[in-house]
Amino acid sequence: MATATEQWVLVEMVQALYEEKEELIEEWQPEPLVPPVPKDHPALNYNIVSGPPSHKIVVNGKECINFASFNFLGLLDNPRVKAAALASLKKYGVGTCGPRGFYGTFDVHLDLEDRLAKFMKTEEAIIYSYGFATIASAIPAYSKRGDIVFVDRAACFAIQKGLQASRSDIKLFKHNDMADLERLLKEQEIEDQKNPRKARVTRRFIVVEGLYMNTGTICPLPELVKLKYKYKARIFLEESLSFGVLGEHGRGVTEHYGIKIDDIDLISANMENALASIGGFCCGRSFVIDHQRLSGQGYCFSASLPPLLAAAAIEALNIMEENPGIFAVLKEKCRQIHKALQGISGLKVVGESLSPAFHLQLEESTGSREQDVRLLQEIVDQCMNRSIALTQARYLEKEEKCLPPPSIRVVVTVEQTEEELERAASTIKEVAQAVLL
Amino acid sequence: MRPEPGGCCCRRTVRANGCVANGEVRNGYVRSSAAAAAAAAAAAGQIHHVTQNGGLYKRPFNEAFEETPMLVAVLTYVGYGVLTLFGYLRDFLRYWRIEKCHHATEREEQKDFVSLYQDFENFYTRNLYMRIRDNWNRPICSVPGARVDIMERQSHDYNWSFKYTGNIIKGVINMGSYNYLGFARNTGSCQEAAAKVLEEYGAGVCSTRQEIGNLDKHEELEELVARFLGVEAAMAYGMGFATNSMNIPALVGKGCLILSDELNHASLVLGARLSGATIRIFKHNNMQSLEKLLKDAIVYGQPRTRRPWKKILILVEGIYSMEGSIVRLPEVIALKKKYKAYLYLDEAHSIGALGPTGRGVVEYFGLDPEDVDVMMGTFTKSFGASGGYIGGKKELIDYLRTHSHSAVYATSLSPPVVEQIITSMKCIMGQDGTSLDATGQEFGQGTVGMTCLCSVVWDWPGRLKYLERLRWLVVGIVWRLLHSHVTWAGVTWSQAQLRLLTRAPSCMYLFRVA
Repeated sequence: MATATEQWVLVEMVQALYEEKEELIEEWQPEPLVPPVPKDHPALNYNIVSGPPSHKIVVNGKECINFASFNFLGLLDNPRVKAAALASLKKYGVGTCGPRGFYGTFDVHLDLEDRLAKFMKTEEAIIYSYGFATIASAIPAYSKRGDIVFVDRAACFAIQKGLQASRSDIKLFKHNDMADLERLLKEQEIEDQKNPRKARVTRRFIVVEGLYMNTGTICPLPELVKLKYKYKARIFLEESLSFGVLGEHGRGVTEHYGIKIDDIDLISANMENALASIGGFCCGRSFVIDHQRLSGQGYCFSASLPPLLAAAAIEALNIMEENPGIFAVLKEKCRQIHKALQGISGLKVVGESLSPAFHLQLEESTGSREQDVRLLQEIVDQCMNRSIALTQARYLEKEEKCLPPPSIRVVVTVEQTEEELERAASTIKEVAQAVLL
Repeated sequence: MRPEPGGCCCRRTVRANGCVANGEVRNGYVRSSAAAAAAAAAAAGQIHHVTQNGGLYKRPFNEAFEETPMLVAVLTYVGYGVLTLFGYLRDFLRYWRIEKCHHATEREEQKDFVSLYQDFENFYTRNLYMRIRDNWNRPICSVPGARVDIMERQSHDYNWSFKYTGNIIKGVINMGSYNYLGFARNTGSCQEAAAKVLEEYGAGVCSTRQEIGNLDKHEELEELVARFLGVEAAMAYGMGFATNSMNIPALVGKGCLILSDELNHASLVLGARLSGATIRIFKHNNMQSLEKLLKDAIVYGQPRTRRPWKKILILVEGIYSMEGSIVRLPEVIALKKKYKAYLYLDEAHSIGALGPTGRGVVEYFGLDPEDVDVMMGTFTKSFGASGGYIGGKKELIDYLRTHSHSAVYATSLSPPVVEQIITSMKCIMGQDGTSLDATGQEFGQGTVGMTCLCSVVWDWPGRLKYLERLRWLVVGIVWRLLHSHVTWAGVTWSQAQLRLLTRAPSCMYLFRVA
């Protein structure tokens, strides 16, 4: 019968297909989970620090002066900070065992948020338990698919990840180039006029850093505020490096330029640099910040900051408020070493004179990045042998959008004395001459 | 629906060997009679359907999930509908200034900017969430131990703002913190060790792992974690959420396939999205769904180009925190071996809580840790600290040391937190002189049992104060009943404390582990 034959053919086809599928499954070979890492990969073997990473640091067994940790105000081994953290440890233990929504909110967290808001003179602040996650969770909470973000080319990796998670349209403008940004904004305006309905629901953001981690330069905030009102874009300011450094009282780049804090929609910073704690915070108007309490992924879905770290941050804030003179001291030291490091043959200083974290790049690259990295590592190693602890600035070469050239990072803290600064400058000069010539 | 004696409420067939089949096979296999006969004849001796293989499970694995009764479901939807209508009404009143507007608004100077929030997103927050907002974010002011001190707060404007009265409600039974093993305490050896390290090292680190933030404490911790898990090497990170979101992109990229469980945590979802790989979701804990996806992926390759996938990564969790279900690990491992995929196991909740000696879900099922390619977990829950780790083969960890986003750009763990983890882990491993020994078995089991006897906390608005007290009363009674029935063993240095964990407040499922 016809139908029986058809059925028979169908069964045969299915059987053949089945066998083919089994063959394909047998044949398929995946790549190894991770590619092998060469033994001499520059980032494979970490420097081991024995003991606290404070002013005098013991790296790989050698005692050095620390020019690599972001401990700008020297609060890492401040006895008052340690005492406050200890008191909190004795009261609350270490972990909070829960996210903020489920009994992970301690009175210390509320205190810290209050203090930060008061210090920065904003309405509200929100804290995160990890510095990287702060800006990486804040950006996708506001900017979604279809929105437009104008971001500086030299933005740090955390901002890049936040932008990637937000799925918005990213428009990069040249580093600190306001003309380029204005050009992009104008182009966007023309697009808007073509499609006004879409323009009415597309949000625009400008994301900049106060002091750029990758270049040590300050963003031109007054011009940015002017552009903000002209083209109706909101400003997100990332102040990880400038919080506790710039400004008369350490309030960051807004105080440095004398700009009204309400003009900036969101200020995000991490507490891991000047405040010598762990975590990060965002501050701004309640209208903006309150939204993150439900949509900040790193806030809602993650355990809260251990109370001892929050107490350490509160005490650090107290110290900052009590001695506003340290910021001027830090600025002076930055200026001093900046001047001292000018004129090294082979290395150029990249960064402003009031930035406490700046870079030393090769004046002329050898042509290959690997070779540059090796040369700089040689300089770092020799400086370490002469008791100056430096480090190369580390990047993920394949993941960065705009990979900065290899460089040595030099960090200035208030704890370094003038002679130590002079010694560091002369050591670097000698070593650079020896290695590069 | 009355539970049957075996404890299963839902329609699940119990097979002769004690295993529970995972529901009827709906998707996947060609089941017309002719083809089925042909397929069975052709494939004699091969394993198609791993759930039928009772040999994978060393003990019967029974899970029971109570189905939501129809009435409750309908009433819930009706409730949402009523609330939405009221929401529109209130918005209307607020717009016409009949009702006072409490929520924060945009600045005058920025009123002509494109509005920051989408209408509907804010609608939910304003009208639905605000009504019951006082159920969450309750601040406490003591150790999150068995009993906790809650700060009393009141709202005089229907939850728009809270005022702290200054009163502290002391000694509330804590069933909301993830303090599974009781290591969150402010006295004892862990706290003393952490205090000593705090004095010596300070609270912060101020640098990344690859620069100058790699302390000797971190190396010690990683070695200990590797020994604890039974893997070759491990690496620790400062935040559990970030461990997932920063390392999955380092492992997979474009051209790879991620098979992720339906109910995976936000961190896994974010990590998968950031990686750029293709993501396919399989039904929660459903091995047929997973097998079908694996088969189709290998046979058909990438969409459009039909090129073979570079690698396939399966993302599962040890215990799913919102469901209380345990992953079917033996079946997942059998599937992964058959189809040559890689397995990423997130043991945030199960590490320390499952298994006779607290080594997690791998030990619970009696499997080999080497079968799991990437073992990830967090220190927040069972170890009373914060942070996350990844364990696996040495090549994997070497690769992560060089390519993980966290190692390059994020600050390393704080030293006192590291010390807390080291001390608590040594305690669990029995290396500090005390021992868990035979009682550890019941402890492990009991804890999970308790986790799941989630006393159901109903979702009432906080305004109905008497109902709230009733709720706590019910919960207290249930707790006491359990307290008397269940054998448990506290950790030896403390008076034995029962740890009951619930997922507040809308957990509606009961889960029992045999």
